[in-house]
Amino acid sequence: MLEIYQTPLNSRLLLGSARYPSPAVLAAAVRAARAEVVTVSLRRESGAERAGQGFWSLIRELGVRVLPNTAGCHSVKEAVTTAHMAREVFATAWIKLEVIGEDDTLQPDVFGLTEAARILTAEGFQVFPYTTEDLVVAERLLEAGCRVLMPWGAPIGSGRGLNNLFGLRALRAHFPGVPLIIDAGLGLPSHAAQALELGFDAVLINTAVAQARDPVQMAAAFAQAVEAGAAARAAGPIEARDLAVPSTPVIGTAFRG
Amino acid sequence: MKIQVNGAWREVSAAQLAAALADLGYGESVVTTAVNGEFVAVQAREQILLRDGDSVEVLAPMQGG
Repeated sequence: MLEIYQTPLNSRLLLGSARYPSPAVLAAAVRAARAEVVTVSLRRESGAERAGQGFWSLIRELGVRVLPNTAGCHSVKEAVTTAHMAREVFATAWIKLEVIGEDDTLQPDVFGLTEAARILTAEGFQVFPYTTEDLVVAERLLEAGCRVLMPWGAPIGSGRGLNNLFGLRALRAHFPGVPLIIDAGLGLPSHAAQALELGFDAVLINTAVAQARDPVQMAAAFAQAVEAGAAARAAGPIEARDLAVPSTPVIGTAFRG
Repeated sequence: MKIQVNGAWREVSAAQLAAALADLGYGESVVTTAVNGEFVAVQAREQILLRDGDSVEVLAPMQGG
């Protein structure tokens, strides 16, 4: 069973809560995904509209654990302040730490990320850093006190899958005991299965489910893919090779010799 | 006094943050606040006195990825 910050999780599929066609579809998708962890955010609230209150009621009714993010933060200061605000509202020490460094790719600012991770860990936060597959950055984040890493598969919302297989394999091999969650960029259940087959512990999906023609059906498809990928990993996949190896035994083949 | 609330200028009469939030219609809403970029915990809202030109962020739970 996956365990993150002493919290056991049965499901290896974490689900984002943004961009669904309606709150009802979001709720149905969370159930179809059998997700135990749902990411949430903070946004400016109007005193007249109070849009956030209904959303918060919906999430609480789902009975899931929430993972608040610092999406949209471009500086250490913004991210740290947002984390404080999230901890108060959501009553959790978990924070998905995002410090965005570049707007076209939403690539993390890994320098700001490690600094913010150090500050927040020292203050008792349990940090889930949204990072790249860079090994040195990963090492720095672990030194800063992170006990889980969330490398991107590809830019957020791009649906490209695992963009840098070599780098991600290296990350997995380099930190065998660290929970690694592929966050961002997956578009298809097969991408999620591949991540689990490679030994990643879980995936976080948002856009690929929320923007599918049928988000609920897609959530179920991702759940199946994640289970299949985890089972395949546990079963020990064969190594790929360049040349054919007959699967049918050749001893006793008719008409030979 | 004029303060910025979520980036928009607003006129408020109450100086105390908790009272200003009530004036602005937040009532019992689940919100979290920052003043001039610094987090202000819910327990501290009654001690914080706003000044003309202050910038207040009022955030609430929202969808996120």
